Amino acid sequence: MSEPAIVAEGLTRRFGDFVAVDALTFEVARGEVFGFLGANGAGKTTAIRMLTGLLAPSAGHATVAGHDVGRDPEGVRRRIGYMSQRFSLYEDLTVRENVELYGGIYGLSDAEIRDRGGALLESLGLTPWARTLVGAIPLGRKQKLAFSVALIHRPAIVFLDEPTGGVDPITRRQFWEMIYETAARGTTVFVTTHYMDEAEYCDRISIMVDGRMAALGTPAELKRAHGVASVDDVFVRLARAG
Amino acid sequence: MRGGALRAFVVKELQHIVRDRQTLTVLLLMPLVQVLLFGNALRNDVRDIRIAVVDPSPSAVTQRLRDAFVATRRFHIVADARAMDQVEPLFRRGEADVALVIDPAFTEQLGRGEPARVLLVTDASDPNTGSTMEAYALAVLGDYERTLRGGSAPGIAVQTRMRFNPTLESVNLFIPGLIALVLTLVSALMTAISLSREKERGTLEILLVSPLRPWQIIVGKVVPYIALGLANAATTLAVAWVVFHVPFRGSAALLLAESLLYTLASLALGVLIAANASSQRAAMLGALVVTMLPNTLLSGMIFPIASMPAPLRLVTNVVPARWFIVIARGIMLKGVGLEHLWVETLVLVGMTALLLVAAVRRFHARIA
Repeated sequence: MSEPAIVAEGLTRRFGDFVAVDALTFEVARGEVFGFLGANGAGKTTAIRMLTGLLAPSAGHATVAGHDVGRDPEGVRRRIGYMSQRFSLYEDLTVRENVELYGGIYGLSDAEIRDRGGALLESLGLTPWARTLVGAIPLGRKQKLAFSVALIHRPAIVFLDEPTGGVDPITRRQFWEMIYETAARGTTVFVTTHYMDEAEYCDRISIMVDGRMAALGTPAELKRAHGVASVDDVFVRLARAG
Repeated sequence: MRGGALRAFVVKELQHIVRDRQTLTVLLLMPLVQVLLFGNALRNDVRDIRIAVVDPSPSAVTQRLRDAFVATRRFHIVADARAMDQVEPLFRRGEADVALVIDPAFTEQLGRGEPARVLLVTDASDPNTGSTMEAYALAVLGDYERTLRGGSAPGIAVQTRMRFNPTLESVNLFIPGLIALVLTLVSALMTAISLSREKERGTLEILLVSPLRPWQIIVGKVVPYIALGLANAATTLAVAWVVFHVPFRGSAALLLAESLLYTLASLALGVLIAANASSQRAAMLGALVVTMLPNTLLSGMIFPIASMPAPLRLVTNVVPARWFIVIARGIMLKGVGLEHLWVETLVLVGMTALLLVAAVRRFHARIA
């Protein structure tokens, strides 16, 4: 098997005396859909900020797409895509302008932006909306567009931070189909969510409690290990215990 | 590749600006309105000018001169005195704005066909009103002169004196300050708002995890506003020139270059404010306090620095606008070049460099 997409070894971040992330050690394989769960304040955001090269680790290290996050954050950023819970697109720009912006930022040529952007809009059924301001299109479409835009430079890994927040169940399902398609093409998907049904869709999940990784495995493994029927129950047990 | 990323980012910023029609309109019209408003406010202030007439030897001739002032309705005679020292207390108590001091030999001088002497003393503790009042009084004297025997006589010789602020040149002093204000508003305020908006909406995060480097984000934010700021400076100048006939004696290229320098300093200040502000509203308030107040009050734009108390005078040294205003006045009103303005220019360069470094660092520190 080829080199993993993400390798973290003892990844730690302290803010003063407070240990936000405590010695995370895990690997994510290429093309895997990896669910990164945890209650608010468990250290998820800090961990993601380190993995995306925004925050230097206090100790330990991590390699993302072959680049060390502490030593080569620039290299990491060129190889990853990112979409956050808060809206990633500019509402006062049109659909096409947003696509052009991200293509440009990620260093695509004008021809690449035209070709990939056109294909992207076509596949999302957004071609007729190309000249519409993003603020004016429905939320579900916006989220799908944001996801596609985060993939426009064909990153090795895409980080999705609660991508389905506030989205209706049908769009959520369609969104997860897009995630599977992406993973099937070999792109690693690192996703955080508060929806436990979504956690069940992941290849493997991890659950963070108080800065530590309290559980790591496939949804089936975790349910078996804790003798419960759903990931939701696993989550509640671990979060309470913490 | 790097160039392409920056280009894409600048294009985005331009799109933001163009999309936001309301703000853009306000920004483009602001200098126009400000110049007209400030310019006219100066005139409206001086409807009712209180004048004291000092006439040591009254005659029918001097009575006509006095009546010329009464007839304008703009002047209102508060005292008729025989000697200047009688008027002095009125000035000190702020009960008179202008004193018309007629020479004791006024009537005889006119009769002999010599220029008849008149002294005009104006209270210029508010320099702008002062010079306007003086201009009105001079106009009345000019009209009176023309009525004297069809203008064939030598007429009258007016001496003017400004009290409290004798070096005052004219209301023209005000326009360079206005340019500084407009440049600061557009650059510092708008940059602070637009950067903190990205922070607030979370889009900044997206930019930060992209290959764009922090300095590219800052440059991308700043470039469109440089253009907008300079366009505004040009509008201000044009209105000042066309409507208020403010002279422009020096090099336009030099003024443009200095404006660019000053704009950079303001932009850096805007970035610095945005980096420290937690929300758009905080950034806006912060920018207003940090730029507007010193810019209007401590820059010499309205209140002459020379008449400030010593501690305040010291404080004005850290206000970039103070230096820019000296430069702009020098270029516009005196027509001097860099050879006379290099000290101020160096100070501005130093401030700009300092602010830019601080802004980029602070921006770095806040996101890491």
